[in-house]
Amino acid sequence: MSDHDHHHHPDEPAIRAEALEGLLIEQGLLDPAAVDAVIATFNERIGPMNGARVVARAWSDPAFRARLLEDGSAAVAEIGIDSGPGGQMEKLVVVENTARVHNVVVCTLCSCYPWAVLGLPPRWYKSPEYRSRIVREPRAVLAEFGTRLADDTEVRVWDSSAEVRYLVLPRRPQGTEAWQEGELAELVTRDAMIGVEQIPEPA
Amino acid sequence: MDGIHDLGGMHGFGPIEREENEPAFHERWEAAVFAMVMAAGRAGATGNADRFRHAIERIDPIAYLTHGYYGRWLGAIETLLAEAGMVDPAEVTARSMALGAAPNGRIAARPSPRPDRVAPARSADNRRELRQPPLFATGDPVRTAAAVKPGHTRLPRYARGKCGRILCCHDAWVYPDSHAHGQGDQPTHLYTVAFTGTELWGREADPALRVHLDLFEPYLELADV
Repeated sequence: MSDHDHHHHPDEPAIRAEALEGLLIEQGLLDPAAVDAVIATFNERIGPMNGARVVARAWSDPAFRARLLEDGSAAVAEIGIDSGPGGQMEKLVVVENTARVHNVVVCTLCSCYPWAVLGLPPRWYKSPEYRSRIVREPRAVLAEFGTRLADDTEVRVWDSSAEVRYLVLPRRPQGTEAWQEGELAELVTRDAMIGVEQIPEPA
Repeated sequence: MDGIHDLGGMHGFGPIEREENEPAFHERWEAAVFAMVMAAGRAGATGNADRFRHAIERIDPIAYLTHGYYGRWLGAIETLLAEAGMVDPAEVTARSMALGAAPNGRIAARPSPRPDRVAPARSADNRRELRQPPLFATGDPVRTAAAVKPGHTRLPRYARGKCGRILCCHDAWVYPDSHAHGQGDQPTHLYTVAFTGTELWGREADPALRVHLDLFEPYLELADV
């Protein structure tokens, strides 16, 4: 592992978490099985595959795309994604990338993220590096992700907060005109839906 | 509050490190912290999500930068459990030492001797009905407040005292600045406000940059243009 900020003192929170966990189990506040349940939920049930289904549907169905951009929460509910408070996504707003506009999402104050469509955020999204820089020098940050935009492409940064969560609708790559929705979903990446990368043309 | 959490626009942080095929949790203890936060909420220690967010902001600032995301959550939930009288931090320390923790390790939790009294939220739904109409309409020029109080707020440092335009109104929500402190819901209109890069960062800024923030009505006043 690198000397990234998370790894300077890994033992301190790890050991203290174990100590607190033991205390809460003894007090009957924590079910000993709860930790495994949490791991299973986020590894198997909630993740970017939900967002990928949303994007693939929007690319395939212009009427759905229009509804998605008009009211994200209602549109994702149509395909069985609950955007209620439990999903950390009370209101979902979907913003669309075009030839002239590139959108990217951050939460500078904490790490708000649309859990119900993307799962838990990756480490870099929660890092001081991303949170400090993306609102000030987004093109430099995007270049680190391999995303190079024309100088006149407008960059829209969405510094989100708890109430409204944002999902980027990436541009559909050329060469996929005949693709079915299920195939398209496999092209869609988490990072494209955060807005730090573009989806390349399939080889 | 002017806290370490308010990172937007700070200079000095380095490149972003990515990880391929990142798991939801890197280590078991991170999932344990997640489960403890959920359990503490059910036990009534958290009050509401805004109070939890503010507890993260209140942890030791050095730990904030060095203990990682779930280390921050751990500091926050230990803070709230201690403030609720459910956990004695000295006992957590004693147990940590027994498990091999260094004697002078940095502890993230910062329980207050006079914590806010925050009743457990009846629901996690923070939308509210509000009869009075929004003060601002789409396209209105607005200026943000220049200063904030020491408590929880959603107005980051880099967007204070700045002019932007209302992009849209998201109806009314619980006001986090009061909710986090047990001072009631105080339903308030929420807006997305668009700022130019040059307004936020000066003439050196990217001319094709727009930054959008979701801001509550009390942070805003109509600007002269």
